[in-house]
Amino acid sequence: MSMRTTRDDQWGELQTPTVGRSQALRWILLGLRYALLLALTMVFLFPFYLIIRNSLMTQPEITSFEWIWWPEEMQWSNFTDLFENSEIDMATGLRNSAIIAVVNLIFQTLFASMAGYALARIPFRGKGIFFAIILLTLMVPAAVTFVPTYVVVAELGGVNTLWGIVVPGLFSAFATFLFRQFYLDFPSEIEEAARLDGNSYFGVYWRMILPNSLGIMAALGVLSFIGSWNAFLWPVIIGQSRDSQTVQVVLSSFLTAQTINLPALFAGAAVGAAPLVIVFLIMQRYIVQGVRMSGIKG
Amino acid sequence: MEAAERADVYVAKVPWWRQSRWEATIAFLLFIAPMIIGLGIFTFLPIGWGLLISFSDARNTISIGNWVGFDNYVDILSNAEFRDSLVTFAIFAVFIVPITFFFSLGLALLVNSVGFGRGFFRSVFFIPTAISYVVASIVWKMGIFSGLPYGFANMVLYWFGSDRVIAWIGETDPPYYWLVLVTCRLWLQVGFYMIIFLAGLQEIDRSLYEAAAVDGAQSGWTTFWTITFPLLRNTSIAVLLLNFIAAFQAFDEFINILGGVGSSGNISLARPPLVYLYQIAMGQQDYGRGSAGAFILTAIIIFVTIVQGRIFGFGQRS
Repeated sequence: MSMRTTRDDQWGELQTPTVGRSQALRWILLGLRYALLLALTMVFLFPFYLIIRNSLMTQPEITSFEWIWWPEEMQWSNFTDLFENSEIDMATGLRNSAIIAVVNLIFQTLFASMAGYALARIPFRGKGIFFAIILLTLMVPAAVTFVPTYVVVAELGGVNTLWGIVVPGLFSAFATFLFRQFYLDFPSEIEEAARLDGNSYFGVYWRMILPNSLGIMAALGVLSFIGSWNAFLWPVIIGQSRDSQTVQVVLSSFLTAQTINLPALFAGAAVGAAPLVIVFLIMQRYIVQGVRMSGIKG
Repeated sequence: MEAAERADVYVAKVPWWRQSRWEATIAFLLFIAPMIIGLGIFTFLPIGWGLLISFSDARNTISIGNWVGFDNYVDILSNAEFRDSLVTFAIFAVFIVPITFFFSLGLALLVNSVGFGRGFFRSVFFIPTAISYVVASIVWKMGIFSGLPYGFANMVLYWFGSDRVIAWIGETDPPYYWLVLVTCRLWLQVGFYMIIFLAGLQEIDRSLYEAAAVDGAQSGWTTFWTITFPLLRNTSIAVLLLNFIAAFQAFDEFINILGGVGSSGNISLARPPLVYLYQIAMGQQDYGRGSAGAFILTAIIIFVTIVQGRIFGFGQRS
C-alpha cells in the first residue's frame, strides 16, 4: 500500500471507503494539513502584527538589538502625533483618499451600469459600434498610458486637484462589459411590465434595474473603492501639492524623508490600512464575488 | 377631468419623444453618454494627443508642433536603460508569475481540502488584498528586510547563529532585493488568485471524482492530474495572463522599496518599464519621449495579449 492511496480526499473532500490502516494515516494527514494551514496563517498575519507592534513602540524599542515582541507600554501618542504634527499631513491625506474612494465607488459603478443597461436593453441601431468602441479601450491598460493621460489632464488644469486624480478613473470599460452581461440575463418580463405601466427608460432603470442590481454593484463598487484608496501611480503624478495628496502619497513621502521616524511611519501605515481592513471584513462576500468576475478578464 | 386628460395623452398626443423609436434612441444616447464622453476625453483624446506629442520635441512642454518624426521612438528603443527596464520586467515576471501561480493554486487546494475553519483560512490568505503596495513596502523595507540588525529577517538569521547583517535592499551580489520585491508582491496578490482558483474548483462537477473512484482511479495526485488540473485550464490561463499584465505594470513597490519618489536611491538596481517612463516624463519632463515609450509598451501588451489568444485559442473564456 503506497502513500498515494491515502491521499485520496486531498483535493475534493471525496468520501471513499477506506481500509483500516489508511484511516489512521488519513487522520495524520489531516493533522498535517491543519499544521500547515496554521503555519501559513502566522506567516500571512505577520506583517499585520509588525505594523501594530511598531506603531505602538518607541524608536529605541524598535531599533533594539534584542527582538521585543510587544511594547512594555503602548505608545498611543504615536497616533495622536500623526494628527498634531504639522509636518505630517495625515488628516488631509485621509480626507482626500476618502473623497476619492467614495466618488469613485459611486460614479464608476453608476456610469458602467448605465452604459451596460443601454447596451443590453435599449434598442438602438448603432449599438454595435458603441460596444466595439468601449471594448477597444480594454486593450490599452490605463497604467501604461499615464504619460499621454497626464498631458491631457494637465492641459485641462487638473494637476494638483482632486478631480484630476479621480475623474479619469471613473470610466471602466470592463465594468461596463460585466454590467452588460448581467443585464442581458435580467428577466425581461419585469421590465416590460414596467414599460407598459408608462415608465420611461429612465423610470425602468431607476425603479426596476438599479434596485435589482445592488449585488453586482456592491461587488464591483467595493473593488473600485479598494483600488482607488490604494492607488499610487496616478495620485503621485497628479497630486503632489499638500492639499491634493492622498494617504498613499503621504505615506510614501515618509519613506523618503531625511530621517525616518519609525513609530510615526508604522502608525501612519496602520491608519492608512485600517479603514480598508474594516471594509474588507464587512464586505468580504462581495469582494470575493467581484474578484471572481475579474477572473473572466483573461 | 384628470382621466380625460390622461386618455388624451395616451391616445391623441403622444409627444415625439415618447414615440417608442425616438424614445429608445434618446434614452440609449443619454444612458451611454457619460461613458462615451469620459472614455473620449480620458482615453481616446490622450491616445490621439499622445501620438502627436510622441512625434514632437516636447521637453518641459505639453504642446505639439515641434515635429521631430520618429526621433523619440528611436531614442527610446536605442536607450540602454529602456532595454534594461524590459529585462528587469522579464526577470521579475520569471519569478513572480510561476511562484504566484503555484502558491495560489496550492492555497486553493489546501483551503478546499479542509472542512472546519475553511472560511477563516480563506479570509486570512485573502486579506492582504486590502493592503496597498505602499503600506506593504513600508513593512517590507523598514520592518522585515531592514538592512540594520533590528530588521526581522536579520534578527531571524541571528537566532539561527549567523552574525552577518545583510543589507537586503542595497546588496547586489547576490541580488537579495529580488527576494524582497517578489515576497512583497506575493503576499499582496496570492490571495486574490487563490479566490479565482477556488471559484474554478467549485465549478468542477463533483460526480467526476466519484466516477473516477468507481473506475478505481487512484485519488490524490492521479485525480488532480486527470480531472482537477485539466478542468482548471481556463482559470489557469486567466490567472497567468492577469498576473503577467499586472507584473508588466509594476511600479509602486519598486519605487517605494528601492528608491523613493523624491530620491533615486537604489532604483537603478531594478527599474521596471513604468518606473523608467515615470522618470523620463515626470523627472526629466520629457513628454515626447515619455509618450513614445507609453505607445511602445502598449504595443508590447497588445502583442502579448494577441499571442496568448492565438496560443490558447479565442473564445476560451470561462
